[in-house]
Amino acid sequence: MSNIKKAFESGKAFIPFITCGDPDLETTAKAVREMEKNGADIVELGIPFSDPTAEGPVIQGANIRALAGGITTDKIFEFVCELRKDVKIPLVFMTYANVVFSYGIERFMSRCRETGIDGVILPDVPFEEKAEFQSVSKQYGIDFISLIAPTSNDRIAMIAKEAEGFIYVVSSLGVTGVRSEITTNIGDIVKVIRENTSAPCAVGFGISKPEQAKAMAAVSDGAIVGSAIIRLLEQYGKDAPTYIGEYVHEMKKAVLF
Amino acid sequence: MTNSKGRFGVHGGQYIPETLMNAVTELEQAYEYYKNDPEFNKELTDLLNNYAGRPSLLYYAEKMTKDLGGAKIYLKREDLNHTGSHKINNVLGQALLAKKMGKTRLIAETGAGQHGVATATAAALLDMECVVFMGEEDTKRQALNVYRMKLLGSKVVPVTTGTATLKDAVSEAMREWTSRIDDTHYCLGSVMGPHPFPTIVRDFQAVISRESREQILKAEGRLPDAVIACVGGGSNAIGSFYHYINDKNVRLIGCEAAGRGIDTFETAATVNTGRLGIFHGMKSYFCQDEYGQIAPVYSISAGLDYPGVGPEHAYLHDIGRAEYVPITDDEAVNAFEYLSRTEGIIPAIESAHAVAYACKLAPTLDKDKILIITVSGRGDKDCAAIARYRGENIYE
Repeated sequence: MSNIKKAFESGKAFIPFITCGDPDLETTAKAVREMEKNGADIVELGIPFSDPTAEGPVIQGANIRALAGGITTDKIFEFVCELRKDVKIPLVFMTYANVVFSYGIERFMSRCRETGIDGVILPDVPFEEKAEFQSVSKQYGIDFISLIAPTSNDRIAMIAKEAEGFIYVVSSLGVTGVRSEITTNIGDIVKVIRENTSAPCAVGFGISKPEQAKAMAAVSDGAIVGSAIIRLLEQYGKDAPTYIGEYVHEMKKAVLF
Repeated sequence: MTNSKGRFGVHGGQYIPETLMNAVTELEQAYEYYKNDPEFNKELTDLLNNYAGRPSLLYYAEKMTKDLGGAKIYLKREDLNHTGSHKINNVLGQALLAKKMGKTRLIAETGAGQHGVATATAAALLDMECVVFMGEEDTKRQALNVYRMKLLGSKVVPVTTGTATLKDAVSEAMREWTSRIDDTHYCLGSVMGPHPFPTIVRDFQAVISRESREQILKAEGRLPDAVIACVGGGSNAIGSFYHYINDKNVRLIGCEAAGRGIDTFETAATVNTGRLGIFHGMKSYFCQDEYGQIAPVYSISAGLDYPGVGPEHAYLHDIGRAEYVPITDDEAVNAFEYLSRTEGIIPAIESAHAVAYACKLAPTLDKDKILIITVSGRGDKDCAAIARYRGENIYE
């Protein structure tokens, strides 16, 4: 069983996201350690991309700040290597197809394995295009994590049947970002997923408050939060890790109930 | 890659968020049905002929031919279409298709504003709501077109992210589409993006070469030796090339915007300076850095100022069927002025890139050779910017 699947075994999971290098890698490292200490089950590490078409303004901002600071894919691999000296929870890359393709899919997946990355999420690689990436990630034992959206309908079973690691259930239409209300019937989507795979599923997009995380985790296996964490970085900069730790603690407590 | 659709060699595909997959599948199915539907085709032909003013002229540029002293030059006059460019060919097709699909709202990206104006026009005619995304930088370069879109009843959203140009307008339109799919059709303006857009847009633009082939056969009794068109995303070029692709003796030449030169960073010549990548839903050539970050491209022409190229062009380049040549700002501006002075035709600065290459090529060819240049749009929108380029301080 993959480390990612194991991370869901001790109850509902909380999965925070952070963009590597926003505002710098030292801050990202501190934040990831705070996340682990405060109960994060998996951390999603964003490799910034110049034109992140699936992101709302908050994470777009993080991408721009990180790239302006001179972040590169190679620097992020070195950073993960350093992080892996003490961080034990599964780490998953979230980035865009061109970042992986341009680095060389084989070279990228091989570096993932060397440095201790457990999975990759590519929001612009749907089921129909995944073979090019997944055929390689599989060889290196890296989980290729699929997304299911509110509009997936008749596609849910097909995607779920080939799931690896966990399934990322997109809560709402549109891009990433904090939402006051999530109207999609997640329970119905999860029901179809469960009929087709044993892989756990976590819900992301739009979640920021403990009540939302609790509600989403109640009908799935966990909650994913990105923009709310990036907002803490916007607000506190290099001092953000402590606040992120407190936030993760509160959110983890919420999903467990 | 057994599941992948819409490939041109290795290029194309559907690299988009899962949220949009059913929407593009629905579009593909609707298009496959309506493209063979006599009623749909009758309505579209009626709009093209009686509203957009097709067929467009194939004009023999006699003065230019004599002046250059080589090949005989014909101009395919897409600038004479209603709204002033080839963009209307695709927009009428897509808007009609969207309407048949039950959509009530169109969204679009625009660079120079020509596609935005065409979409706003079709929306007005067909009683649809319309929102156009335009880079803030371009709303300044093309202020008149912003006003035209508003006049036509559309909302124009200035995009401030990234380089605030065409690529950012495309990103923002894609983001908008993922948040509102049910009633909204994304009327993509070029032969790019995820399948089925490169095919749909090509088919609607292919009217250019369908007409020009008949027209040149009638005028000269034979096919041209070369067809020349400018390439940003590549819609007027693919439309100009399409019905000649199987005629191996017809050279197909796409003119890319080199900006300040392909040896500088201020260029948008994708085939000449880019490499294979995945962006905006497709695999194709893109201007990018070593880590795959998309490059901030530059051209005097807002319509060619895009870091990628349509997947079918990338394929035609790979197999050596079409040539892609870089044309600098300076060369394009000279050609803009040259065609105005010589033939009394003011071309769009985009189209001037094609004119510029013809000016280089024609004198090297014998007088019995024939060139067709696609004048993809009219240049009124560019006059103020070109005047400023020449140091004349005029404002629209």
